[in-house]
Amino acid sequence: MSLDLFAERGMPLARQRFTWRELVQSPISKLDDDAFTRVRVILMNGIELEAVRFGHACARLDGPLRLPLAEVRRVEQHQATMINWLLGADHSPLETTIAYEQVAIEVTAAVARLEPDPYLAQVYRFGLLEDFDHMHRFSALLDRLTGMDANNILQCYTDILPGRPTMLEHRAPQDDLRRPFDAGRAHMLSRLHALTITASEQQTHDFYMNIGPMFADPLARQLYAEIASIEEQHVTQYESLLDPRQAMLEQWLMHEANEAWLYHGCAAQEANPRIRAIWERMRDYELGHFQAAAAVLHESTGRDPRELFPAPLPEPFPYESNRGFVREVLGREVGYRAIGTDIVTDPGQESAATLAYRTHLNSEGSPSAIVAQDWRWQPGTELSRRAAAA
Amino acid sequence: MQQSSQITLRNRTGMQISPVQGRELLESLEIVVTDPAPDADGAPGDGNPGMRDDVSMRRDYILAAGPLGTIPPPLTVKGMAKSAAKMLTGNRPQVLLDKLAERAVYERGGTRLYDAVLVKYVATRATPAAQQAADAPPQPSAVDALSEGALLEIRNQEAEHYQLLVECIGELGGDPTAETPSADLVGVQTLGLLQIVSDPRTTLTQSLHAALAAELVDVAGWELLMDLAEAMGQDAMVQRFRVALDEEEEHLRLTRAWYSALTMAESGNPVSYVER
Repeated sequence: MSLDLFAERGMPLARQRFTWRELVQSPISKLDDDAFTRVRVILMNGIELEAVRFGHACARLDGPLRLPLAEVRRVEQHQATMINWLLGADHSPLETTIAYEQVAIEVTAAVARLEPDPYLAQVYRFGLLEDFDHMHRFSALLDRLTGMDANNILQCYTDILPGRPTMLEHRAPQDDLRRPFDAGRAHMLSRLHALTITASEQQTHDFYMNIGPMFADPLARQLYAEIASIEEQHVTQYESLLDPRQAMLEQWLMHEANEAWLYHGCAAQEANPRIRAIWERMRDYELGHFQAAAAVLHESTGRDPRELFPAPLPEPFPYESNRGFVREVLGREVGYRAIGTDIVTDPGQESAATLAYRTHLNSEGSPSAIVAQDWRWQPGTELSRRAAAA
Repeated sequence: MQQSSQITLRNRTGMQISPVQGRELLESLEIVVTDPAPDADGAPGDGNPGMRDDVSMRRDYILAAGPLGTIPPPLTVKGMAKSAAKMLTGNRPQVLLDKLAERAVYERGGTRLYDAVLVKYVATRATPAAQQAADAPPQPSAVDALSEGALLEIRNQEAEHYQLLVECIGELGGDPTAETPSADLVGVQTLGLLQIVSDPRTTLTQSLHAALAAELVDVAGWELLMDLAEAMGQDAMVQRFRVALDEEEEHLRLTRAWYSALTMAESGNPVSYVER
C-alpha cells in the first residue's frame, strides 16, 4: 500500500509530545519477538539519528532555518529514544552487533532487489557482500569469545558465511566515492533507498565506535576498529550517491518523506501489536514533520512541495529473508572490486593507492582474518561440532 | 509468584521453531566458500609459529600490557604511627589493603544488589500471580523464611560489613575512598548480577539466583581475607572478620535455600532442599 504525503496530514507538530514513561517502555523480547521486529527497531533508530544529524548540519549553514529545524529535531530526538530503548539489556553489545549486521544484510538486499537504477543496484550489491562478511567475522568472535551462537539472534533468516573478505575491503578514499543520482530525474525509490542505507550504515559506524572500547579482549577491540573503518567507508560510499545539487530544503523534505515511508512499511509488516502501534504513531508524527517542512519550503521559496512529490510514494520494501538473492550475489560478485566510482569484476584491477593503503593497514596482522581462522558457523557453535565429532 | 519458566511457541531462537528457514540455513553448511583472504596463519605480524593466530596475538598484547592501575601508598605518615599498621607482617602489606578495598566495594555493591532484590520482592509479591501462589503454596518450607524483613537484614549486614572494612582500611593508614585494582575488578565482575536483578522482566527467583552467585563469591572472599589478615598479624581484624564471615555464610545458606525452594516449587516437585 503506497503512501500519499498530501492526502494524509498526520499529527500536527504542535501536538507531538512524550512523557519519560512513554519514551522508556518495556523492550522487545530477545527470545520471543521476531528478528525482523528487531531489524525494524535498529533501522528506524538509525533513520531518526540521521534526521537529527542532518538537522544539525543544516542549522550550521542556514540561520533562518534554525528554529523550524530545532522544533522538528526535538521530536526526532525523542522518537529515536523511544525506538532505541526497545532493545533489552539482555542483548550484549556483541549480540546487538549481530543484529546490526542482519539489518545491513537484509535491508540492503531488499533495496538492491528493488532498486530500478542498475548502477545504484550494483553499488548496493557491492556493499552487501562486505556487510555479509562482517556477519561471519562477528559471529566467529561471538562463538570463540563467549561461546554463543549468532543464529539465536538471526533466527535462521540470514546465512553466516564468508563474503568479500573484510581484510580486502580497505580501500583508498578515492575508491569509495560513487556517482550521485540526478535528483531531478531519479526514480523516487532510488532517492528513498540511498537515504535509508546511508542512515543505516552511519548508525552502525557510530555504534561500533562507541562499543568497541567496551571490550576487554584485544582481538575484539581490533575487530571493531577494523569493521568500524569499513563502515566509515560505507557511509562515504552511500552518501556519495545522494545528489549534492539538491537544495537544503529539498533534502529536508526528502528526509521527512523517507521517514514517513519507512514507518509506513514498518507498520504494515509488524506482527507485534504493541510495536505496530508505535510505528503507526511515528508515521503520523513524520507526516506532521513533512507538513511542517513543506510549509517552510513554500513560505521561503514560494515553491509548491507537490512539485517534488508528484505521486504517492512507492510500495515500501518487504522485511524478509533474502537468502536466495544473497547467495546468488555471493556466488557471482564476491570477487568484484571498486576503482574510482566504478565497480569492476576483475579482482586484480585495484588502484595502486588502495593496494598501498591496505597493505600497510594489514601489515601487523588482520583481526578479521585471525578471528575467523578455520571457523565456519555450526548450529550451537563450533563447540557442538567438536562434541559431535568426539 | 511470577513464573520464571513458561512454555510457549513464541520463542524463536532455536532451529526447530523455524523448520523451513532452519533447513535452508543448514544447506548453507554445504556451500563451499574458499575464503580468498590470505591465510591468516601466514599473515604478516605472526611471529609465533606453532601457535594459533588468535592465541599468538592475545599473548603479544598480554606481554605488552601494563596493569589496570596501582595501589595508593599503603601507609600515610599519620597511619604509620598507628599500631595496627606497625604490626603488619609479610613482605607486601599492600596485598591486604587491596583485598580490603575489594571486599569493601563488594559489600557496598552487595548492599545495592539487595536494595534491587527488595524492590523485586515487594513488586512481585503484589501481583495477582503471586497472590495465587500464596493461596496454594507447594510446601515451600524454605520460602517461609523469605520475607522483606529477612532480605532487609541481609542488606543491612552487607552495609555494616562495608563500614567494618572502611574502618580496617583506615586503621592501616589506607584511604578507604580510593579504588584499588581488585576493587576496580569488582565492578566488572558484578555488572551482570546487577543487570539481572534490576531488569523489570526478571523474576524474584532469577534475581535470587544472581544474589546466590554473589554470596558464593562473597564467602570465598571473606575466607581469603581472614587468612590474609591472620598471616599479616592482624588478630583483632580476624576476630571481626569471623563475625562477618558467619553472617555471609548465613546469607549463602538462605539465598541457596530460597532459590532452590522457589525453583523446586515452580517445577511442581516437592521441596527437597539439602543443607550443604
